[in-house]
Amino acid sequence: MSVIAPPPPTIRPTTSSRATRVLGVLSIVGIVALAVFGLFITPPDAELGETIRILYMHVPTVSAAYVAFVVTAVASVAYLWKRTEFWDLLAASSAEIGVLFFALTIFNGMLWGKITWGVFWRWEPRLTTTTVLFLTYLGYLAVRRIPATVSTRATVSAVIGILAVVNIPITHKAVDWWRGLHQEKTIFGTVDPEMQGTQLFTAYLGLTVFLLLFLWLLIHRFRLAWLSERAEERVLDRAIADRRAESVEEAP
Amino acid sequence: MVRDVVLIAAKDLRLEWRSRVGAGQVLPFALLCVLLFAFALDVDRGVLQQATAGLFWVVVLFAAVLVVQRSFSVEASDGVIDALRLSGLSPAAVYLGKVAAITVELLALEAVLWLAVAVLYDTTLGGWGLLVGTVLLATVGTAAAGATYGVVGLRLRGAETLLPLLLLPLLAPVLIGATAASDIALGRSAGPGWPWAALLGMFCVVYLLLGSVLFRPLMEDS
Repeated sequence: MSVIAPPPPTIRPTTSSRATRVLGVLSIVGIVALAVFGLFITPPDAELGETIRILYMHVPTVSAAYVAFVVTAVASVAYLWKRTEFWDLLAASSAEIGVLFFALTIFNGMLWGKITWGVFWRWEPRLTTTTVLFLTYLGYLAVRRIPATVSTRATVSAVIGILAVVNIPITHKAVDWWRGLHQEKTIFGTVDPEMQGTQLFTAYLGLTVFLLLFLWLLIHRFRLAWLSERAEERVLDRAIADRRAESVEEAP
Repeated sequence: MVRDVVLIAAKDLRLEWRSRVGAGQVLPFALLCVLLFAFALDVDRGVLQQATAGLFWVVVLFAAVLVVQRSFSVEASDGVIDALRLSGLSPAAVYLGKVAAITVELLALEAVLWLAVAVLYDTTLGGWGLLVGTVLLATVGTAAAGATYGVVGLRLRGAETLLPLLLLPLLAPVLIGATAASDIALGRSAGPGWPWAALLGMFCVVYLLLGSVLFRPLMEDS
């Protein structure tokens, strides 16, 4: 029978703190404000029409995902240099959130595609690149789920985290050239420089809100991963203590 | 350094020559894929001829997964990887030796596959300069990325089945670049082929450098 040991008294069994509560409130208020501005206050776009409202979420999710993967890569390099648990767990936590944001990006990109092109999928360069990179990071997360020693798992993950981020610009370039003759109307990209007024404000509000959301989720996910490691250690310590106690009882 | 690279490459190629796994298992698998594409794509519509380059490189990537797995599975038994670590060879030399051996094995496989698609898909081979350059660069790039991920399967028990998921998305630029350049070489599409070759060359350089640096922590951590 497995016994889940309670966390030791010196460790707070929570991922919450004053800073995360402030970040959480800011994120939620920001998302509500983004929804109000994006859905009701901003006017339809001259070219994109009502579908521009998807852009207010789409650009922030893809931007936050790339930030997450850069954080993963930097933390991976730092892990190989310092060999501390902090960097390994930070890299893994950031990658998980990046994958979540990439999934959202692909999902709302497909919704936009259905409205604009009439189909959920076209081999549009950014949508294709995002999907290839999404699969790359699914591989990263799959590696982390393979049972191994903490050090081996961390080293292998760090290498994959570095290789994956280096591949981002190469994949971008390859897919751009591949679809070079088939460029079409797209919402993928950064904030349109021709935006003005409430549209421009809403676009930057979205970016800010999703970066805050990323930071909020990252801190919680990192603390959860750290607590999970401590809980595993505690279960192991308890099991070793139990075996020792049994051997003492059995001794003549 | 060069001597060590040659030593490792020669060891792997000697093992391959004696075991004939590549010739006896990987090559027949690749030829089977060539046939299966014909079953799936209807030989009478000219699709195979049009898509020769793409299908060829897809088969090469599938075969590369097997070659990479084989290249590192021989190190897994009897603690060979530990012997390699204790041998005093630098991890970068081991890595480059592995890349060289995988490259040679893939080049041999590709030579037979080109003949197969030329005959079975009724494709006339040509544009030799670009075609040979593309084959060399794409193969070295595939081997460079493959050797880095191959050692992952060695380090994590049960990760062998993950190799395709890890490697194939990473090789997407190689597939795109090699297919486009081969299409131009075979006269299937117009345009300059050198930008694609340059992209493949950049991929090779980046992954050879990264692999040489990152192979050390992968080998030393066990």
